[in-house]
Amino acid sequence: MPEIKDNEVVVRTVEVVKQYGEGEAAVRALNGVTCEIYAGEYLSIMGPSGSGKSTLFNMVGGLDKPNEGSVYVNSVDIAQLTPRELAFLRCHTIGYIFQTFNLIQVRTALENVTMPMLFAGTPPDEAEEKGMKLLDLVGLGHRYHHRPTELSGGQQQRVAIARSLANSPAIILADEPTGNLDLKTGQEIIDLLRMLQREQGVTIISATHDHKMLDVSDRIFHIRDGKLDKVEVNSPLAAH
Amino acid sequence: MSIPKPTVTGDRSQFKNVDPPFWVAWHQAMASIRVRFFRQLITSSGIALGIAFFASMQTLSSGQTGSEEAARNQWLIGTSLLMCLVGITNSMLMSVTERYREIGTIKCLGASDGFIVKVFFLEALLLGLSGSFAGAVLGVGFSAIVSGASGNPVNLGAAAGIIALSTGMGVFMTVLAAIAPAIQAAKMPAAAALRVDI
Repeated sequence: MPEIKDNEVVVRTVEVVKQYGEGEAAVRALNGVTCEIYAGEYLSIMGPSGSGKSTLFNMVGGLDKPNEGSVYVNSVDIAQLTPRELAFLRCHTIGYIFQTFNLIQVRTALENVTMPMLFAGTPPDEAEEKGMKLLDLVGLGHRYHHRPTELSGGQQQRVAIARSLANSPAIILADEPTGNLDLKTGQEIIDLLRMLQREQGVTIISATHDHKMLDVSDRIFHIRDGKLDKVEVNSPLAAH
Repeated sequence: MSIPKPTVTGDRSQFKNVDPPFWVAWHQAMASIRVRFFRQLITSSGIALGIAFFASMQTLSSGQTGSEEAARNQWLIGTSLLMCLVGITNSMLMSVTERYREIGTIKCLGASDGFIVKVFFLEALLLGLSGSFAGAVLGVGFSAIVSGASGNPVNLGAAAGIIALSTGMGVFMTVLAAIAPAIQAAKMPAAAALRVDI
């Protein structure tokens, strides 16, 4: 198991404000959130819908830019990055898992997993080899040539997890990864994520309502009305 | 608890993205056409019909010389061109906007904006070329038969010229109609593209 260094911060937000719309119709989804996310931890972001949870999640993942404040990923202020540099960051540093799986429908499982590697400039042979290894890791090596429509929800999410690991990212962002799955399959996905976090030292940040997911989290951020309401610490590992 | 100070700019020197080789975009465009074959066939038929109308108007007017007739034909050709443009724009706009989520996902995987535009460009080029060519041949062929039957045979060279012109026009309009929304979609923040529901 890789050593988790104390206080190593992978993501830091400073007074982040995100506003949708303008003038009187403006809605402040985030109203000054300052937080730190440590390397190697399993963090859950929780909050009722409309609390700004998804917005914070998007900020942390470089999917959107804040109106005010800054978001640092690996000490780089993402607001200052050009679209190209942001694409690089998403490609190499962050792996994404979605509630709706979001596999590329027209490509096979293996092609979905190799795509981020091709964007990173990996030679195709090498990408395919690593893609097969990742599919084996999530238990789907035998279904590599199937397209998403031929896979069950749980299987699609496994492919998505394999894909998120393609470029060995430091962070995996999971947006309600169990939201569209039944209890048993959801549990399997949670176990898989937990295993990856323990064995590969990946930081996992997930937005969730799922209590099974909260149980395995090292820390839980509670978001309310666009603010970081409470930080719950489950594991002594993350209690610095 | 000591908080390490974040560097304001950080180290950006490592952020040199290599664009994937051309075939990655080509495979993506081909897969998209192959897997959504029927959907794409309908899009392509839309293009073909528009171009067929334009090509047949051209063919029918090519034999006539009277000034009054010529003026009427100009008007007809103009109208057909407009119809064709609206039809193609509609088809391509639909095929891009129904894929916003896919665009957002590909962005999350690390694709540059340029890559996304490239995929849509290649797709539109292939669809435009096949649709327009089929439409042009259909339109010219049909009108040539009608014209010939009424004792006004169409010159072979002129027919070939009209086919080439109509195909070119069709490809140009298709690519333009696809590229504009694709550029817009590629420039969106990934979160916004993922949120779009159609």
